[in-house]
Amino acid sequence: MLRLVVRRLLQLIPTLLGLSVLLFVWLNRLPGGPASAILGERATEAEVARINRALGLDQPITVQYWRFLKRIAELDLGTSVQTGQPVWDEFTLRFPATVELSFAAMFLAVAVGIPLGYLAAKHRGGWLDVASVSGSLIGICIPVFFLALLLKGVFAVQLGWFPSYGRLSTGLDATDVTGFAVLDGLLTGELDASWDALLHLVLPAIALASIPLAVIVRMTRASVLEVLGEDYVRTAESKGLQKRTVRGRHVLRNAMLPVVTAVGLLTGSLLSGAVLTESVFSFGGIGNFIRTSIDSRDYPVLVGFILFIAMVYVLINLLVDLAYSLIDPRVRVH
Amino acid sequence: MPLLSVDELSVTFTAKGRKDSTAVDGVSFDVDQGQVVGLVGESGCGKSVTSLALMGLLPAKGVRVGGRAEFDGTDLLKLGPAKIRDMRGRHLAMIFQDPLSSLNPVVPIGVQVTEILQRHRGLKGEAARKEAAQLLDRVGIPDPARRLKEYPHQLSGGMRQRALIAMAVACAPRLLIADEPTTALDVTIQAQILELLKELVDQEGTALLMITHDLGVVAGLCDEVNVLYAGKAVETAGRRELFAHPTHPYAHGLLGSIPRLDAPRGEPLNPIRGSINDKIAWADGCAFAPRCDHYTLECLTGTPELTEPRTAGHQVRCVNPVLPPVRPAAEVPA
Amino acid sequence: MTTLTKKADKVDRLAELMQTSESTTGASLWREAARRLRSSKMAIIGAVIIAVFVVLAVIGPWIAPYTPTAQTWRGEVFANQGRFVGMRGENWFGLDHLGRDMFSRMLVGARQTLLVGVVSMLIGLVIGALIGVLSGAAATLGGPMGRRLDTVIMRITDIMLSLPSLLLAVSIAAVLGQSLTTVMIAVGVVQIPIFARMLRGSMLAQGGSDYVLAARALGVRRNRIVLTQILPNSLSPVIVQATLSLATAIIEAAALSYLGLGNPDPAVPEWGVMLSQAQRFFDNEPMMAVYPAVGIIITALGFTLLGEAMREALDPKLRG
Repeated sequence: MLRLVVRRLLQLIPTLLGLSVLLFVWLNRLPGGPASAILGERATEAEVARINRALGLDQPITVQYWRFLKRIAELDLGTSVQTGQPVWDEFTLRFPATVELSFAAMFLAVAVGIPLGYLAAKHRGGWLDVASVSGSLIGICIPVFFLALLLKGVFAVQLGWFPSYGRLSTGLDATDVTGFAVLDGLLTGELDASWDALLHLVLPAIALASIPLAVIVRMTRASVLEVLGEDYVRTAESKGLQKRTVRGRHVLRNAMLPVVTAVGLLTGSLLSGAVLTESVFSFGGIGNFIRTSIDSRDYPVLVGFILFIAMVYVLINLLVDLAYSLIDPRVRVH
Repeated sequence: MPLLSVDELSVTFTAKGRKDSTAVDGVSFDVDQGQVVGLVGESGCGKSVTSLALMGLLPAKGVRVGGRAEFDGTDLLKLGPAKIRDMRGRHLAMIFQDPLSSLNPVVPIGVQVTEILQRHRGLKGEAARKEAAQLLDRVGIPDPARRLKEYPHQLSGGMRQRALIAMAVACAPRLLIADEPTTALDVTIQAQILELLKELVDQEGTALLMITHDLGVVAGLCDEVNVLYAGKAVETAGRRELFAHPTHPYAHGLLGSIPRLDAPRGEPLNPIRGSINDKIAWADGCAFAPRCDHYTLECLTGTPELTEPRTAGHQVRCVNPVLPPVRPAAEVPA
Repeated sequence: MTTLTKKADKVDRLAELMQTSESTTGASLWREAARRLRSSKMAIIGAVIIAVFVVLAVIGPWIAPYTPTAQTWRGEVFANQGRFVGMRGENWFGLDHLGRDMFSRMLVGARQTLLVGVVSMLIGLVIGALIGVLSGAAATLGGPMGRRLDTVIMRITDIMLSLPSLLLAVSIAAVLGQSLTTVMIAVGVVQIPIFARMLRGSMLAQGGSDYVLAARALGVRRNRIVLTQILPNSLSPVIVQATLSLATAIIEAAALSYLGLGNPDPAVPEWGVMLSQAQRFFDNEPMMAVYPAVGIIITALGFTLLGEAMREALDPKLRG
């Protein structure tokens, strides 16, 4: 197992290097170059020249790239134009909120999507099947930010069932321990804070879950349909096993393999979606920060975010690979 | 009284928007304890559907099953889904064609054997494991304790089929149905598997319903043979009688199409022309007529009945059977 | 394979899956698929939606009752102080925040939206297909050097696929500045690796088939094999992907507009831009957002339905 992890991590190096080249090129192609990226678009020429010297931009391109790499390796992603704080600190400060939201959304998508996909496959052609297939097709076609606006408009503004913005109600005294608001409340015994944070999570999580949910339903359905036709399911039935044994051990265990991979893939789109959803609900995570960074052309933040996302994505996929090798013995062997 | 008595079994698939198609059309046969009965025919003749109908493994929707199948006094076809589930694996067991696809790829062999022991014999934990190891040993799998922990892809083809047989005989069923158990295997392994089946039948007195297209298997194993064509039995006889005097033109053709080593060099093989055509039903006369060398106009009027043109117990569904030419006694060679 | 290539694998497998291993000629394959498409409800609904959308996009500007940019009822809206004018006889869809006729803006916007979708898709398709053909041809017939070239190209597409598409689009838009062209390029570039992978994957599947082997054995020249044998038979997954891409392109373009990277000139009506403008007024006048959103959803649905139906029709596993 350890060898697998090490091997996978080593395999990542060329990909990350390639990504860093792309980013470096991108940074140099930005209008006005990195200098105006740091100073903003209204910088004077003298200022640009000073910055260029300070950044070593008068040096050969290979030297510049090397410095760029070194900085990344030291987790020095530069300074945010908006806040004047180091980009890395800004991320680590906001990351828990985004993780909390993404986790809630993925949990929702998996908890609803897999049973729904299974039932749809099991009753192929029935009303539930038709409803979930058309529902997931429509779900993919709804722009995430519009769904977020709609949910907010109806359930927060009109009906007032849920709060319409933020992570916690103002004036609520909540102790910050881990940065995960719901968890903090449980840890410190401030259950009202936990509940409040949970209410704030509901609408953004639903909006964010829409696309993963649609994909998971469709994947599970297709996968279960395929597995139901497999010979080994017939063998299990021929052994007279109880329905739940056939379903759990023989159908779902196999049908989940492609779904596990899909969950890993979806994490990437989840982070994109977080940018849109968080900004609608003014949720204090990275997504919202990125949204404002786009508005204010805060390039160090954007570069840092892309690297950050790539790393997160890589780590999640590593976890998915490990999970996969645990449930599929055929992968373990070779 | 026979252990299994199938009477006028018929299976019709009724897909929505399509014409009903009859796969099995009034098949009757008996299987006694300790007896090996063969269902022989080319693909599409209804032999596999017959076995699935007996096991209650046909899909619940879109299938109409008629006739009776008395097993030890109860009609298998009338049993509810829960009742037949209790019978499967305990009193009736089945071995399938492709051992790799018939085993669950992500569950260890051991679990796949013990689950049936737990279901029908209530064995758990160490007791189940011990019994499973004994079963594997009995079907000739060396080093059973180690094999129990392995996955199907780690076993050879013959080993997998042995494991499937171990599962089938785990609860000492009274009837074993083997659906082309050797087709997917190498020739040398085929012989070993047939030997194993023979041994089990001889030792346990299990009845075996052997489904095959391979006349070699029939010759080596079966006591009684039913030749099926387009969903109907066309010839039923004891093994010796059938091989000595194949009387239906189809059975005659099947035997005649086996390549013989002792045939004169250069003599062409004798295949049966064409293949089973779904569109020809028995209602318009003999379904085999379009492929038959002997057909007359008589063959196309009404469904031919089973008759006994030669000896008692040797039934043939043909109005124009292949009988030996009536020759003057003097010309019969000594 | 690195973990990052998961998405790439998926695209490859999809391409392979949608391939026929049999030596059916392209023509009969498509005839068979067309027969199945005609009996598919999904395909029919999708085709009808697309037809209506395309007709609107063509004739929209002519049948629009008012000039979409004219702020004819500006005074009325301003006098209302935040109370919007909804549906009424002269303005079927009501007015927007500047007193313009929403119905006319929707009709005229259809053309812009179609333009964004088609141009983005074409950018992805053309560049992606060129890369894919190069890579696929190199891998199947290029010998060891070709395989190395193929590996390099595929590694690059891996990296592009590993980034969330919206972020990739944002980065591109950041370089190019704010305009409709930017949105089209950004959305198109995101599609390039998908098309490239897909075409390469299906070319590889074809390259291993018996009829290509036969052609090679007969001594047909490599370029000729690629152009006359492999390529025509590899196109079906790409056509399906192109249809599905139109849907994603329209949705992603709307998301980019929402993030403020779209057309800076709000006078030109485009559904994505209209939707992002309407969000500010969502609590007061949700219909201003609902019209363009529903337009986007239905159009995207049309392309998705047709694309999925085509994929099903071409799936060899379902072929009887």
